[in-house]
Parts: sequence; structure tokens; C-alpha cells
Amino acid sequence: MTTKPLDAAVLPQRAVPAGKPAQDTRVTIRGTAKTTRRPTVPRSVRRAAGPVGLVLLWFLTSATGVLPESVLASPVDVVRQAVDLTRNGELPSAIAASGRRAGIGFLIGATLALALALLAGLFRLGEDVIDSSMGMFRAIPWVGLIPLFIVWFGIEETPKIALVALGVTYPLYFNIYGGIRSTDAQLVEAARMMGLGRLGLIRYVILPSALPGALVGLRYALSTAWLALVFAEQINADAGLGYLMSNAQQYFRTDIIVLCLAVYALLGLACDFAVRILSRRLLTWRANFEGDA
Amino acid sequence: MPNSVEIRGLSRAFDGKTVLHDLDLDIREGEFVALLGHSGCGKSTLLRILAGLDDEIGGEVTVPARRSAAFQSPRLLPWLKVWRNVVLGLPGRPDRALALQALDEVGIADRATVWPKTLSGGQAQRVSLARALVREPELLLLDEPFGALDALTRGRVQQLVAELWRLHGCAILLVTHDVEEALLLADRVLVMDEGRIAHDLTVGLPRPRDLTAPEFVTLRARLLGWLGVTPTHSEADAKTLERTPS
Repeated sequence: MTTKPLDAAVLPQRAVPAGKPAQDTRVTIRGTAKTTRRPTVPRSVRRAAGPVGLVLLWFLTSATGVLPESVLASPVDVVRQAVDLTRNGELPSAIAASGRRAGIGFLIGATLALALALLAGLFRLGEDVIDSSMGMFRAIPWVGLIPLFIVWFGIEETPKIALVALGVTYPLYFNIYGGIRSTDAQLVEAARMMGLGRLGLIRYVILPSALPGALVGLRYALSTAWLALVFAEQINADAGLGYLMSNAQQYFRTDIIVLCLAVYALLGLACDFAVRILSRRLLTWRANFEGDA
Repeated sequence: MPNSVEIRGLSRAFDGKTVLHDLDLDIREGEFVALLGHSGCGKSTLLRILAGLDDEIGGEVTVPARRSAAFQSPRLLPWLKVWRNVVLGLPGRPDRALALQALDEVGIADRATVWPKTLSGGQAQRVSLARALVREPELLLLDEPFGALDALTRGRVQQLVAELWRLHGCAILLVTHDVEEALLLADRVLVMDEGRIAHDLTVGLPRPRDLTAPEFVTLRARLLGWLGVTPTHSEADAKTLERTPS
């Protein structure tokens, strides 16, 4: 090794703070190539370990009586309830009713968000009129609008759907609008030079470049949709998961409450998963950072 | 030869600062013209005006309707496969055969179905050239298309442009910093200064040109002189204007 004397001879000596030993100025870069790595637990197993462990802890504390049933039912009871309620059709019909509300609300909210984002993103007049208003409305906590919605829409389905639609509109609007406005001006210029008209520009340049943002917005919007539904179904529901839950509450049935919460969570997870699959398929053109191993 | 481009009394100002100053210029059909000048002399502004991307101008500019451009960065749409980028904006349905033909011409037909992000800098620039040429332009505008390429790749792409020009016979306006590049490729080299064409040099050398030929060296020295660079220092200093103090 000739580095050491060379270092000393050629490089100017750096001042070393008093009291600190002179450090070796070289670093070793250790290889992490697959061949030299010891076998590791697969990622899917690592990811599952946390949730499975928590459920196991829940089961053990319930079985040993540390966690009384009046506080939280055992996972075994919850699963039993799931089977019973599925057999007698209560759970499927509740999920269908809730899903319908979430679906219709989401469609209305998404359409509204897309239309507003396009108007605000593509036209300066639209931006001036819409964007400031959206900023103002966003400051209102949408859950706080429930009393007003009951006054306006009664206690039937309409206020529930409206609340979901409202919850969906904001995250989608802001992400699509932001995406449209972050379009690379150089690409727009090149595409115009190649003869694209206004519609062509929107279709081939502006919308695709807004897509990554829109998909982030979609993930937010779907989780907000289920959240809004939980709130909305507290309003005099006669069907749906919220109805099942408020009934259970009256009889202190923590097993049914936990079951309904689990179903909400699973529906949310399923939506998130669907968007992630969609993102992967739609954004194959993008170079992504996949995270450190 | 009739004129392809006619510019009369062109001026352009940004926020009161004049960039182009009562500029006159003719480019004949099929002529290869290189435009040299320091950064900020207005050469890119002139190119954008000819491209039709900037019309807040004074004076009169006549250009062919069929014209296209390639820029310093390839500006490919990352969400369209390479061949779709080539035929982007052409009327009718995307014509794959036409795209492949254009890509073949720039020697990169095998990359037709990949995403642009997987291309190297030189490959992306070739695609950008194919996209410009597939439109069969009468005027091709090149805004430092070799600027971001490494020296080896640059030489090859320059050669390619020379061949494509011979093949298509379109007029070319090439904006560049590189005096040698201008002399290697162009029929005429213009030097821009303070918003005007300050010098107009006809390069009468036979092609392909030899960098070491005495005539070539003489012309280069004259151009460098006009640009305010004294070629008495080392070759490396004189070669790129970017590094010289203005």
C-alpha cells in the first residue's frame, strides 16, 4: 500500500482539533452485492411480523383474562361474530350499504375535484376564481358540517353521500391541480413545436404529468372516503356498518364493534392496495426510488 | 436559391431590456447556418422566435410553415414510448412504420419500444433528431443539441447531423458555443453580438472538413478573434467560449 506515505507527502495536512486523535482519512466501502450477503428473512415475512404479533398479544391477554371482555372482546369472539353475521347475511348487506354510500360519494367527489382542478389548472381565470375559494373551504373542518348537512339534506342517504363527496374532493383537487401546474414548461414548448394543439397538449403532456400527483391524491381521497363514512353513518343509519355498530353499542357488544372497525380497516386497506397496483401499472415510465434494503 | 428565412428589422425586448436589435438575416433554402455568440447575446431568443414559440416581437419574420427543432435537452415525453415520441403531434393515428423509419435513419431503431428514461444522453438526442426530421421540415432549428453530450458522442452525433442534412436538404440554423463545430458543419457562420449579426462568414472549405487544415485554422482564428478570444493561449482555452471571460 502506497497510499499512506503519498497522503502525507502530497496532501496538505488538515488541522486536527486539540485533544482529538488524528483520524484515519480513508474509509472502507463494504460490498453489499447479493452473493456475499447472508440469507435474510423475506420481506413479506418481515412485514407481516408486526401485525401478526399484535393480534397474538391481543389473543393471549384475552385468553388469560388480563383484558376483560367488557373492554375488548377476544379475537376468537370477533371471528365467531364475523362468521355468524356473514351466515345470516347481516354483515354482507351492511358492507353493501356502506360500500354503496362510499362509492357514490367518491364518484361525485372525484368528478367535482377533477372538473375544478382542470378549470383551475388550465385557465388563469379558473385559477383566480376557484383556487382561492378551495383554499378557504379547506380551512373548514368538513366533519363539522354534519349538523348543517342534516338541516339541508335531512337524515336519509343524501347527507351521508354528501359528506363522503366533500371529504374526497379536497385531497383530489389539490393534488391534481398541483400536478397540472408542475408540468415542465420545456416539454410543453417542445410538444407545441411538434404541432400539438391545445387538446393534444392536455391529453399528451399536461394530464400525464399530473398523473403521479393525482394518484397520491387518490390514495388520500379513498382513505378519507372511508373516514367520512364512519362519521356519516353515525347519523340515524338504518343500514350499513355504522348502523351495525351503533346497535352493538347499545348492547355493549364489543365483539361486533371491533368486527365493524376491522371491516372498515380492511376495506380501506383493499382500496389502498388497488391504488398501489394501479400506480405501478400507470407509472412504469418513471424511475422510482425503491427504498433501502 | 430562394430564401427560406427572411428577417427584417427584428427586435425583441424583455422588460425594457433589448435583446434583439433591428436584426436582418436571410437564410437560403437548404443552407446550413451556424450561429455563434456569447451567452446572453440573443441567439437562443432568435431561435425561439423562428420556432414560433415567441411572438412578442417588432419587425417582420418570414419562415417556412414546415419547421421543427431539437433542443439542448432532448425533451422527450417520459410517459410515451420512444417511437410514440417520434410521431407525437403528427396528424392521424400514430404511424409506427414511419417512426421506425425515422429512428432507423438516426441508427436507433432497436430502441423504439423502450421508455425514454432508459436511453443514454446520446441516444435520447438521436431520438430528438428523429422526431424533428420525421416532420420533413424545410427549416430545422438546432439549439445547442450537442451541448450536453460527452466529446466522443458529440463527434458522432455531429457527423450524423451532417449526413441527415445532406439527405434531407433542409435549411438548418444551428445555435452553438463551439467554433470548431460551427466550422465543421456550416456553410455560413454568423457571429452575434449585442442583439445584432456582427459578422457573417462564408465557409468555402470542401467537405468533409479537416480540423488541422491551414485554411480551417485560419478561419477558426478569425472567428475567435471576432468573439473576443485571443487564440494565442492553449488550444483548450480557446476551444470553448463558455470558459472565456466576456
